[in-house]
Amino acid sequence: MLSFSLLSNAIVSGLLLGGFYAGVAAGATISFGLLDIANIAHPAFVVFGAYCAFALNQRFHLDPLLAAVFVTPVFYAVGWFAYQLYHHAFERRGDDSMRGLAFFFGLMFVGEVVLILTFGVDYRYSSAEYTSTTFKLGPVAFPLREVIPFVGSLVILVAAQAFLKRTFTGRAILGVSQDPIALRLMGADPVRLKRIAFALSIALAGAAGALLLVLEPIEPAIGRDFIGRVFAIAVLGGMGSLPGTWVAAVMLGVIENLTSIFAGASWAPAVAFGFLLVTLTVRPSGLFGR
Amino acid sequence: MGQGKTSFGRIVGLLVGTFAAGLLAASSALAADPLKIGFSMAQSGPLAGSGKSALLAMKIWAEDQNAKGGLLGRPVQLVYYDDQSSPANVPPIYTKLLDVDKVDLIVSGYATPIIAAALPIAMQHDMVLMGLFGLANNAKLKYDKYFGVAPIGEDPVNVLAKPFFDVADTLNPKPSTIAVITPDIQFGHAALEGVRNAAKGRNMKVVYDRTFPPSMTDFSTVVREVQAANPDLVFVATQPAQSINVARAIAEVGLNAQMIGGGMTGLQTTDSETILGPQINGLVNFAYWLPAAKLQSPGAMDFLSKYQARAKAEGVDPIGYYVAPWAYADLQMLASAVEETKSLEGDKLAAYLHENSLSTIIGEVKYGPGGEWANPRQFLIQFQNIKTKEPSEFTGTDHLVVVGPPELKSGDLISPFDKAAH
Repeated sequence: MLSFSLLSNAIVSGLLLGGFYAGVAAGATISFGLLDIANIAHPAFVVFGAYCAFALNQRFHLDPLLAAVFVTPVFYAVGWFAYQLYHHAFERRGDDSMRGLAFFFGLMFVGEVVLILTFGVDYRYSSAEYTSTTFKLGPVAFPLREVIPFVGSLVILVAAQAFLKRTFTGRAILGVSQDPIALRLMGADPVRLKRIAFALSIALAGAAGALLLVLEPIEPAIGRDFIGRVFAIAVLGGMGSLPGTWVAAVMLGVIENLTSIFAGASWAPAVAFGFLLVTLTVRPSGLFGR
Repeated sequence: MGQGKTSFGRIVGLLVGTFAAGLLAASSALAADPLKIGFSMAQSGPLAGSGKSALLAMKIWAEDQNAKGGLLGRPVQLVYYDDQSSPANVPPIYTKLLDVDKVDLIVSGYATPIIAAALPIAMQHDMVLMGLFGLANNAKLKYDKYFGVAPIGEDPVNVLAKPFFDVADTLNPKPSTIAVITPDIQFGHAALEGVRNAAKGRNMKVVYDRTFPPSMTDFSTVVREVQAANPDLVFVATQPAQSINVARAIAEVGLNAQMIGGGMTGLQTTDSETILGPQINGLVNFAYWLPAAKLQSPGAMDFLSKYQARAKAEGVDPIGYYVAPWAYADLQMLASAVEETKSLEGDKLAAYLHENSLSTIIGEVKYGPGGEWANPRQFLIQFQNIKTKEPSEFTGTDHLVVVGPPELKSGDLISPFDKAAH
């Protein structure tokens, strides 16, 4: 028989994990949803961020959360140069669909190899003591290793949303996603704006990587587990909507956990992606799409 | 005196001649075409921790073998590719090994799913395949040239859970319910079948046996489902990365039972132990080998010292109790068949491996007709008294207490689980 404890824990756990997925997907929502760049290497950048946080933790004993403060601007610069390369090699020539996809696939595999050669294939983890701590509220458990990435991801999303909605540059980025030609006619440089937005998406990946290190042990190929989920969340949320990304991620997290309880964990991915298909059939633009 | 001088001169001459002939033979062996042994091995992905450890052990074997003059007068060369822990990559790798690299012999990569993908290729080419740490890979195929390198016996489906149930039989009160946590892959299904059979034989009720998808990383909900079923025993049969995440979820949720664990692959690697630290306390697990006095075969400790001297520099499991000695023994057995039959033909090698007892660093091995060990030799360990995550905690075997079978016991089981966990 289904107990209240089991049900409430499944919902809370789904909420916490879903919230973290939103943090991982936030950058993909910007690059894929707003800029129309299928950066399949986005989860690989997240893993890179996790390894950078790990390296800072090992070298300077920095907590992963503090490491995120240093990782984020470095990843902004990396994103800046990655977009510059992508733009010159593909976008400018109009080869930005399949070839661009191949470019990011290549980046992903090269990135994995670099991590393997640098850090080896063993699992790496955060030695922060709080990762082994769990708080209980009645029958409901709140492991800090899940609560912290949830809160951290929420901060990432709120900050990114505030930047896009409340700053001049952010609103211009939203404009370039809707009509780059009109923006160019108004004297703005769409390429510069896209460069800023793509750099922002990679910076968010770096920050999410530091949170991933808190959540679970990492290994170079762990990003592959996130590819399907990240793009499903970006599409379900409405391609470019950060609030939609959060809602979609949390819904997928909770649906996966409830499916696990009622039908078994093996059904969880099928039901979650089935939900995605049904939603897109009824509402092709996603939950928050226009 | 003169005669004495002559005899002395003859002896010296003979020794010099023999030495020179030996040198000539060794140098001609090393000058000959290499004898190539091909395989895939996980160097990335979730199986890579054990895969890298296995590869280092195999390199050490090749160096040892070449120092002895190679095989059939030819130097041994290992030809290997990273299968990225993905069974999908295995068939093209073995096709390349056989058709392009023209290897003479093949062995498998690490673990059940990788062996499952390599076995059809070996069958197509009628070649011997040594399968490193597979569970029930040949149970249905019955290929007469497959030889499992794991001491799990001719009834592999039922034998994985046997040490767990043998120890559970000694518990008081007698357990009457069991839950199983296992992935939705061949390894998991074989483990599940074994647990169901063992439970049925003991009138034990299986209260939870839902599988989970292999890509799953968070197990808190699954563990809570098990907790809600309130079983006396929890059998966990998982792959390396899953073992770490399930162990974490068990600690976080506070799952308790008389005994938890049993089939958690890779849990004894230093990697897993240092990630989990005290969270691993109380779990029981199958083990194939430890450097305990009763299990030390000739050459085992020499190998281990060579391995440990190089492991840290090569970035692999520095302790090497888990898969490394088996990977070395894997090639030892194949080489002894080649040396004794003076052949590379699958039929002759398989006949030799079936008919003879093989001396290896992990003990004497005798194969049964199904290509698994004629006499299984698994035991059950419990993690006890681990206080920190420091690697120094795991260098010896004090934290790995052998709790069964009785002839190998090094300590008593602490039950229920939470008593050992705290």
